Amino acid sequence: MWEYSEKVQEHFFSPRNAGAVPDANAVGDIGSLSCGDALRLTLRVDPETEVILAAGFQTFGCGSAIASSSALTEIIQGMTLDQALTVSNQDIADYLDGLPPEKMHCSVMGREALQAAVANYRGEEWKDDHEEGGLVCKCFAVDSKLVENTIRANGLTTVEEVVNYTKAGGGCSACHEGVEEILTRVLAESGQTFDATAQAAPQPTAKPGKLTNLERIRRIESAIESVRPNLQRDHGDVELIDVDGKNVYVKMRGACVGCQMASVTLEGIQERIIDELGEFVRVLPSEAMPRTSSERAYG
Amino acid sequence: MTTAAISGIYFDNNATTMVAPEVVEAMLPYFTEQFGNPSSIHQFGNRVGLAIKQARAQVQALLGAEHDSEIVFTSCGTESDSTAILSALKVQPERREIITTVVEHPAILALCENLEKDGYKVHYLPVDGKGRLDLDAYQALLSERVAIVSVMWANNETGTLFPVLEMAEMAKAAGVLFHTDAVQAVGKIPIDLQSSAIDMLSLSGHKLHAPKGIGVLYLRRNTRFRPLLRGGHQERGRRAGTENSASIVALGKACELALAHMDRERNEVRALRDRLEQGILAVVPHCFVTGDPDNRLPNTANIAFEYIEGEAILLLLNKLGIAASSGSACTSGSLEPSHVMRAMGIPYTAAHGTTRFSLSRYNSLAEVERVIDAIPPIIAQLRKLSPYWGENGPIQDPEQAFAPAYA
Repeated sequence: MWEYSEKVQEHFFSPRNAGAVPDANAVGDIGSLSCGDALRLTLRVDPETEVILAAGFQTFGCGSAIASSSALTEIIQGMTLDQALTVSNQDIADYLDGLPPEKMHCSVMGREALQAAVANYRGEEWKDDHEEGGLVCKCFAVDSKLVENTIRANGLTTVEEVVNYTKAGGGCSACHEGVEEILTRVLAESGQTFDATAQAAPQPTAKPGKLTNLERIRRIESAIESVRPNLQRDHGDVELIDVDGKNVYVKMRGACVGCQMASVTLEGIQERIIDELGEFVRVLPSEAMPRTSSERAYG
Repeated sequence: MTTAAISGIYFDNNATTMVAPEVVEAMLPYFTEQFGNPSSIHQFGNRVGLAIKQARAQVQALLGAEHDSEIVFTSCGTESDSTAILSALKVQPERREIITTVVEHPAILALCENLEKDGYKVHYLPVDGKGRLDLDAYQALLSERVAIVSVMWANNETGTLFPVLEMAEMAKAAGVLFHTDAVQAVGKIPIDLQSSAIDMLSLSGHKLHAPKGIGVLYLRRNTRFRPLLRGGHQERGRRAGTENSASIVALGKACELALAHMDRERNEVRALRDRLEQGILAVVPHCFVTGDPDNRLPNTANIAFEYIEGEAILLLLNKLGIAASSGSACTSGSLEPSHVMRAMGIPYTAAHGTTRFSLSRYNSLAEVERVIDAIPPIIAQLRKLSPYWGENGPIQDPEQAFAPAYA
């Protein structure tokens, strides 16, 4: 059984705004019978103010598809169309206290139905730019299409690189067989063969000898720089604040703040730095820094 | 006793079954005073060894096997399936083909797909709209290149029975090994392996009121064999690893009970299933039975409810304490209905809404009547939410009327 939050269950068992809105002047259709999920969003929009006066949904789909549709209608009622367009699929999932990784596509469908309905109201043509594949990485909800496209776009050749670029496989590692299969398939397109023993792009090998302080900090910085593109893709970021012996203090920014994956992210950064330095360090959020001596004196 | 007495109504017996109280009672001493290792020479081990011998005889009786040494205890149906197929490939390295069906359980399909990556050629027999195989097509594939045929005795989703006895004879005539995954059939229909040409058969304890974690590979005497697990001499060296004695004793008891209740499964459970099916079909519009209604397990009813999705049905049933199962796997990127429904060509409008009710001898008529009452409002409620359903029925030409931006 899926681990549905109380909120998901509640919105499934007692959906809000089910059915088509009478006198609707915006309709967004998403999905199809064949893919097992279909959602029609109908809106009544005030032509003067562009405020959504009423929203209704009709959904063919699973429990979380119905709950996501219900949540969407609750979120957007009273918003202007421009405000509504800023609602992300993550907002829908958050409204429901989260969705299982396999079910995140339900929230994506909600957002897309909304975009389609707004486009319909404005007489624009809405085109879906979202292609979704089978779920590969359960820990970070990464699908096969994203993995394939990232491999192609960046010329990746190893599982480690896929982890670094997409996060897929960065958690429990159970999906590494699946990632290897995708690598094998995508590399074959360009006549390459996947080599499981190949090393990732050459990295400075940690010398067993003691590093100078400057060299040590530089390496910590370069390790952190290497993970930033991943975080930035998810609208997050990280910054090096201080290094104190074995403790490396970082500041999480953007979407990383308050993200439930934050501790996993910190662990990943920590592994990266350990690899780079060849010694153990602990990566801690800057909030965990001891107060400065001056603060301590007055504290 | 019925499952309602425990809590809720359990109509998901093809997924797993309640462990019979007599079975629990039989196995309990093997967690406590009967803890010996059956391989040991002393009395602690010997008593357990004797209990396992008895269990082997009980399984032998249910399967109608000629010798008790043809029963090899394993950890589950999946292990039995893998052991059978990998053994057949190992003893005949020159044979590089496998014949199976498109509607097998993942225990067979995922293994075969993996073997294809190793260069084996796998023939997947298709099925017709009722889930039936074409035996002429099968005959044409049998050759000296084929290492093994593996065909399920009964399909887990629809209950459709396959003509494995006839297919085994055909394989034998062609000199090809025959394996059947019979986890859904054992205990529900009579089986007499000694009069058959079946070389290997898999069964799983938890499908017939024994616990999870115990299975059997039936291995006909003189069938060439290579073990999956090597090590100690347990199971005559054919499956190493210290015996799961408590579960083996439990499975023996469950087989004895299954044999004793065989007529009940075939008559009373069938009558309950038929009443359930007719009761639902009579009151719910736009639904139909999938599979082959004239040739299937007595306990299974698979009903496709059109224009709605299976998981939503299950969640609403679950709220009423009713447990069933769905062929719909609604997860990211694989919003495909079950491979069994697709193989039978069930239209998408119905395949996503297939719901499986699988009964057992622990179910009652009162439970069946409660489910018949519960279903119509659930279906109506979900159809009301569906963009494919109008005021009083499905909208005309749903694919046209509902025009999404992408498909």
